[in-house]
Amino acid sequence: MQAKARAYLEGGRTGAGLAALRAEVGRLMAGFAANNATTVEPAALLSADILIDLYGEDLRARAYTTHDPVLGEQMLRPDFTVPVAQMHLESGAAQGRYAYAGSVWRRQEPGSARPVEYLQCGFEAFGDANTAEADAEVFAMIAEALRNAPVAPVTGDMGIILAGVSALETTPPRKAALMRHLWRPDRFTRLLERYAAPLSQNNTRTALLSALQAGTLEDYLASQGPAIGLRSISEIQKRAEILREDAETPPIPVGQVTLLERALAVKAPMKAAIKSLRNIAIEMPAITPAIDMIEARSEAISAFGIDGDQLPFEASYGRTSLEYYDGFVFGFSAEARTDLPQIAQGGRYGALTRALGRETPAVGGIIRPEALLALGGLQ
Amino acid sequence: MSNLKLAVPSKGRLQEQTFAWFSGRGITLERTGSGREYAGQVRGVSDVELILLSAGEIPRELAAGRIHMGVTGQDLVAEKIPAWEMQVEQIAEMGFGHADLILAVPSFWADVENIDDLDAAAAAFRKAHGMRLRIATKYHNIMREYLKREGVADYQLVDSQGATEGTIKNLTAEAVADITSTGDTLRANHLKILKGPPVLASQATLFASKLARWSVESIAARAEILNRIGASNG
Repeated sequence: MQAKARAYLEGGRTGAGLAALRAEVGRLMAGFAANNATTVEPAALLSADILIDLYGEDLRARAYTTHDPVLGEQMLRPDFTVPVAQMHLESGAAQGRYAYAGSVWRRQEPGSARPVEYLQCGFEAFGDANTAEADAEVFAMIAEALRNAPVAPVTGDMGIILAGVSALETTPPRKAALMRHLWRPDRFTRLLERYAAPLSQNNTRTALLSALQAGTLEDYLASQGPAIGLRSISEIQKRAEILREDAETPPIPVGQVTLLERALAVKAPMKAAIKSLRNIAIEMPAITPAIDMIEARSEAISAFGIDGDQLPFEASYGRTSLEYYDGFVFGFSAEARTDLPQIAQGGRYGALTRALGRETPAVGGIIRPEALLALGGLQ
Repeated sequence: MSNLKLAVPSKGRLQEQTFAWFSGRGITLERTGSGREYAGQVRGVSDVELILLSAGEIPRELAAGRIHMGVTGQDLVAEKIPAWEMQVEQIAEMGFGHADLILAVPSFWADVENIDDLDAAAAAFRKAHGMRLRIATKYHNIMREYLKREGVADYQLVDSQGATEGTIKNLTAEAVADITSTGDTLRANHLKILKGPPVLASQATLFASKLARWSVESIAARAEILNRIGASNG
């Protein structure tokens, strides 16, 4: 790599190139500040434990890890959302609005042309009272910052899949298993198919369940091998009971699976998407509140002078990202420039704050200023 | 020197089998000097230089382009060279040195038979213990890729460079991922292999570097080797 090159921008590390980038970051930050954001600068080196607990072991393949004999395993900041959320939660304040600009670091697949270091400029709002309005405000703020750029938006809402799974006629453990894999679409589909098919049992599992039934589980386990390791006999017993319940659980009606798949396949301008979802909701009323939210948000977005009815909506958008989004999701991309990543993206992530210890409404978004400048849409 | 550099394992059964495999195809590899000296020569093909290297180092040398061809295990190439297909080319599977990379759990885990069970057990384990289920291995890259592909969550990899089967009893891991050829060590340590295909089925394989500098002589030598072993020149 050339010393002067940086993500998506040649010559962005000195002279006029750097000046233009600094000016661009300044413009974006001024926009956030005008929306009452406090500027924050989280540490670049973060505790790996917390990040891996949130994102899973996969993160190791996507973030740079380093060791410190005292601090333990550290990671170069792969995003700002976690450290900014931590700063807010530690402050104890009910509400907060923050803006930041700085580098994030991501390991990339070998041979990938994607940069390993790039700038993010972002805004995060915590503790909002009105979900639809706060979503709309963040979306409008990012859209405003990209006003002159040749980018197209896309929106989605994880609320549809969350409500759809909750509404399935099945047991809480099955729903929990599906919820756990919302962000792994392949795995999710496999589970859903398994739960919709009659359960086929093999002999050993039958032996396990009979032993459980006969009250001889401990003897059966002992016949398999000594109880070694941290996972105890009582944990195996608990899971055996879940397996027994699962074996007795009727399959999820195929009609419900089809309905959920239809809802997740909805992809249309917002107004038409809402209409399609309402049709599906006739048979799956549980998603109605989620549709109401999408509609309210669309209206709130229109109040900012953006035609909410025409915004592209995809019910499955946001399911493969690194983030913990669990409500509104959005992105802006430059379709003509396949060499550039999404220019901006964001969404709602209450589940992340819950995992960090204090659940609070949270919504935010980031812009990639280098990619935005490379797009050349700004004068 | 513009010779083709061919690296083979520096000692042991793997070296004997490699020599025998080439010998059966009209290429004689032999050690020179005293038995302890790591030097060798090739007869039957011209312009080939024999390099004796630890099998574990051959992938790195191939990826760096410091050797043209090398014999090593597919498991080592997959673990040590990220996106190995871009950097090395598989020329011929040699039919020995078979070893499967497998996932194993305690035999008394009667509720865990396959990878889906392991995922479910990991979720419950994390709830019960406040930490992610630990899998001891030295194959971090292969395992992370595999578990991601299989959609397993709530696990963590812990490093184990040896005696991996003992980590569960020592309470430093709940499951292990290791190479096994017969499974005897696993059984002796009260472990069972998860059902389904192995994470990786590996054998000794002849690889060629895509990044080495290929001179006219080395290209000719390569074509001759491929001709002798009946592989196509790709």
